[in-house]
Amino acid sequence: MTVAWVDTILQGLLLGGLYALFATGLSLIFGVMRIVNLAHGDLSILAAFLAVVAVESLGLDPFVALVLVAPLMAALGYVLQTLVLNRLLGQGILPPILVTFGLSIIIQNALLEIFSADSRRLNPGGIETASVALGGQLAVGWLPLITLAVAVAILLGLQGLIARLSVGRAFRATSDDQETAELMGIDNRRLYGLAMALSLGIVAVAGVFLGIRTTFTFASGPDRLLFAFEAVIIGGLGSLWGTLVGGAVLGVAQTVGAKLSPGWGILTGHLVFLAVLLLRPQGLFAKARRVA
Amino acid sequence: MSLLQVQRLSAFYGSFQALFDVSLEAAEGETIAVIGANGAGKTTCLRAIAGVLPVLAQAVRFAGDAVGGRPAHDLVARGVVMVPEGRRIFPSLTVEENLLVGAYRGRPGPWTLARVYDLFPVLAERRRQPGPNLSGGEQQMLAIGRGLMGNPRLLLVDEISLGLAPIVVRGLYRVLRTIAAEGTTILVVDQDVSQIMDLAQRVYCFRKGAVSLEGRPADLTRARLAAAYFGV
Repeated sequence: MTVAWVDTILQGLLLGGLYALFATGLSLIFGVMRIVNLAHGDLSILAAFLAVVAVESLGLDPFVALVLVAPLMAALGYVLQTLVLNRLLGQGILPPILVTFGLSIIIQNALLEIFSADSRRLNPGGIETASVALGGQLAVGWLPLITLAVAVAILLGLQGLIARLSVGRAFRATSDDQETAELMGIDNRRLYGLAMALSLGIVAVAGVFLGIRTTFTFASGPDRLLFAFEAVIIGGLGSLWGTLVGGAVLGVAQTVGAKLSPGWGILTGHLVFLAVLLLRPQGLFAKARRVA
Repeated sequence: MSLLQVQRLSAFYGSFQALFDVSLEAAEGETIAVIGANGAGKTTCLRAIAGVLPVLAQAVRFAGDAVGGRPAHDLVARGVVMVPEGRRIFPSLTVEENLLVGAYRGRPGPWTLARVYDLFPVLAERRRQPGPNLSGGEQQMLAIGRGLMGNPRLLLVDEISLGLAPIVVRGLYRVLRTIAAEGTTILVVDQDVSQIMDLAQRVYCFRKGAVSLEGRPADLTRARLAAAYFGV
């Protein structure tokens, strides 16, 4: 009995790694430019489908396909930001929401048109079912472990970039005071392009890990967006490590709920999210700096 | 030839016209002052020069190029740097990080972190502290230091003495003299005329969005200045 519960919580924590991957890009974009990208989930699914193409046409391993897909998505992010989203700057919060909502619909329908409504999966050849025994009847899958490790590595890398590099200082300065940042010579349009490139590069990783973990269809994006949102809000807006904790809290809530009754997993996640909104609306790590 | 030439500059906030045909100029190495009461258009003029406000290209010429309405980051790359009103220190950055952001474009020149710390030793002592921990005067030093890190040819300083004690203001004016001695052209805005008249080679007085008086400080009598400043 106890072992089963420990196992459930452990699986939930590991699931949090995946959610943190989805949430990080969303958090970064909000932190730097104060816009919410409603197409974030669909862009991750787009990345998963791109990986499917790379796997099927080039015969690549899904993890190797990521080496192609992540830079491709990053480039798409830069183009999307500089050609489309930058035109909406300074017009309030509504235009970016509407445009990314429209983008979400366009991506879903384009994926439906090209890949049909069949569900797909990325097959890395066995590792998705392999597990490592921890003793005492406990075992964790390699894939969730790798996902969490990758999430932590990406967060560490991103934090290092934000804390130490010139572009990271520019992210923080722009987040603090965009006009003064421009007066210091920062081209905010280019900077926003870089932020979106980073965001989509990371969400490509999330999409591919999702596609290895479970099946997905053209319509899987909005759920991913919702979980990413919940992880960001639970952790505290703009706090990178809060995002990881938020993902873990959401993951544990979902696995514990599903353990109580198979249909309760997602619902329990939403309830915990609502509870955080009610009791600590600023999130668990609200004291953290706005971007870092 | 003048380094900065502002010719018949008009600027608008929506349908409200804030500047009416303002003309001023500064030769390389010169220090000029802009004075005037609240709402006279001093800050608007600086913001137009710095590229924050949309204005006609020909209205602002810098080093011979028509740069009016070019984005601020482009002007910084050309050597026009503004120290904004109210300091506008980045609150989530440390003192040193604020200075480093000033060097974002990597323009070559005499100013480095070490030289800025020489100029403002108190900033060196507090380099690891968050910007908001500084006092008002220290924040103004940081804002000026941050501007210098961009190695400007033209340094625009808005409302330098706003909210600061007279002794602090005197220190800041001494610093401006040091900066001017490096050959940097300075355009400084202040509402308080006591210090600025000793510093500047020429003075422009603004009233209601237009230049009401200009000249060398020695040539301006108190009465003419008061008339231009207050319109009485």
